[in-house]
Amino acid sequence: MSAWIESRFFNSRLSGLVLIVLLLAAWQISALYILDTPTWPPVTKVFEAWFDNIADGTLIKHLLATLWRQMLGYGLAVALGVILGLAMGYFRPLYNLFEPLVEVLRPIPGPAYLPVLVLFVGIGHEMKVVLILVASFFPILLNTYSGVRAIDRVQFDTARTLGLTTMQTLRELVLPAASPQILTGMRISLAISLILAILGEMIVSSDGLGYFTLLAQRTFKIPDMYAGIFTLALFGYVLNRLFLLGEARLIRWHIESSGRA
Amino acid sequence: MPVFLELDALGKRFSAHGRSAFERVSFSVARGDFAALIGPSGCGKSTLLHIMAGLSAPSAGTVRLKGEPVTSPRDDMMFVFQQYNKSIFPWKSVLENVMLGVKYRSQTPRHGLEALCGKHLEMVGLGRYAHYYPYQLSGGMQQRVAIARALARRPDILLMDEPFSALDAMMRAELQDLLLELWQELRLTILFVTHDLDEALYLAQRVILLSASPGTVADTVQVPLAYPRRQVETRSDPVYLELRERLYKAMVEQVVAGRAQAA
Repeated sequence: MSAWIESRFFNSRLSGLVLIVLLLAAWQISALYILDTPTWPPVTKVFEAWFDNIADGTLIKHLLATLWRQMLGYGLAVALGVILGLAMGYFRPLYNLFEPLVEVLRPIPGPAYLPVLVLFVGIGHEMKVVLILVASFFPILLNTYSGVRAIDRVQFDTARTLGLTTMQTLRELVLPAASPQILTGMRISLAISLILAILGEMIVSSDGLGYFTLLAQRTFKIPDMYAGIFTLALFGYVLNRLFLLGEARLIRWHIESSGRA
Repeated sequence: MPVFLELDALGKRFSAHGRSAFERVSFSVARGDFAALIGPSGCGKSTLLHIMAGLSAPSAGTVRLKGEPVTSPRDDMMFVFQQYNKSIFPWKSVLENVMLGVKYRSQTPRHGLEALCGKHLEMVGLGRYAHYYPYQLSGGMQQRVAIARALARRPDILLMDEPFSALDAMMRAELQDLLLELWQELRLTILFVTHDLDEALYLAQRVILLSASPGTVADTVQVPLAYPRRQVETRSDPVYLELRERLYKAMVEQVVAGRAQAA
């Protein structure tokens, strides 16, 4: 038994892939022979609907709509979070001024901003972008300023003895030194931005994967609904993978040096 | 000889507990000197060096270099820190680390600066490692990078804060000899802080002993040993041994006095 568990099968990702295939097979069998209801269509029907919606461009259109508003909100959150985070981490008075406010606002769950935003920004594209922005902003801000504040005194003294100006210090020392933590915040926010994009689309929208999935359920196109969810799973997976690839390139020095320690 | 670096009644009081790190420290270093500053731990020698570099302000007295008061870091003074793993930036290659000291200060085009930095890496024996990253180097090599970076700035004076104390014995000996070679070749002025009596005697022309907290200059010893010095021969020279005994006893006295004060 233990030899079996230690075998190559369980020591590679192969076992995980086989589990997914087995679960899909169980879905297929249960839908065909046990749960004969339209809400639980055979997985083959879902794949069929998936391919049809890709082939006629429907899913691509909705995917691009989601990607666009997500990246807009997320991109703005990264820009604002990193710039303000660097400023708060580097200039103590700014930290003292804003940190309590951040601590008060941070625990508010992203979706709670929605009713307020509807009042001020309306129900259009802008509202969803701002919703994504607000919810993705705090993890990036927080990680950036804690990353900056954790920079060693000796490194700042080094910058001073080398005669670096404030802007040069920010560029040569503060930003790279804090980058591992900034990237941690950015990864957390990437997941949050997708959640908020889908939520916004489910509440008021005329395109996007959230809209597509909810509309399919409401119009009783159940295979389409599952196809929407499959698309979201794949989309989220690819986004995270791409992020990790980029991160490994950007902070190779950090991964290598902490790996040795 | 004209006075080059001069400390005049320098004192530092920590505002938090009103205790003095050191008081009325006065000495001077002539151009081309190699002086070592030693003292029991807690006598404020590292704080003293930071003030001399303009990294923090004294509570009393002044530091003057070439007659001008030092109030912030200067171009002609470079500092070598004990924590080379912090002072060398891990996200920059060896060459980029050395470049950091010169690229904002010079009108020379980039390839000219790279050649200059490459030359200084050669001087510390790291010519082949320009494109390595710090995590690929040993501690001794990282401290060599820090020395190359300081030298590429062509400073008049090098302030070194226990630069070799985190290294193992063999590497420390190697770097001590490298530093002496560079000092002679480049006609540098060096002020070297250490808690290691033997290191101070082996390297310096003059050893300044600070007393226990609050520190003040307790003794100054000339070291009339010829250069180049040799790790084995110099350390067994009768003059060396005699000075070592004198300084050792003085150090012990200071440590005992420090304990008595603390009790």
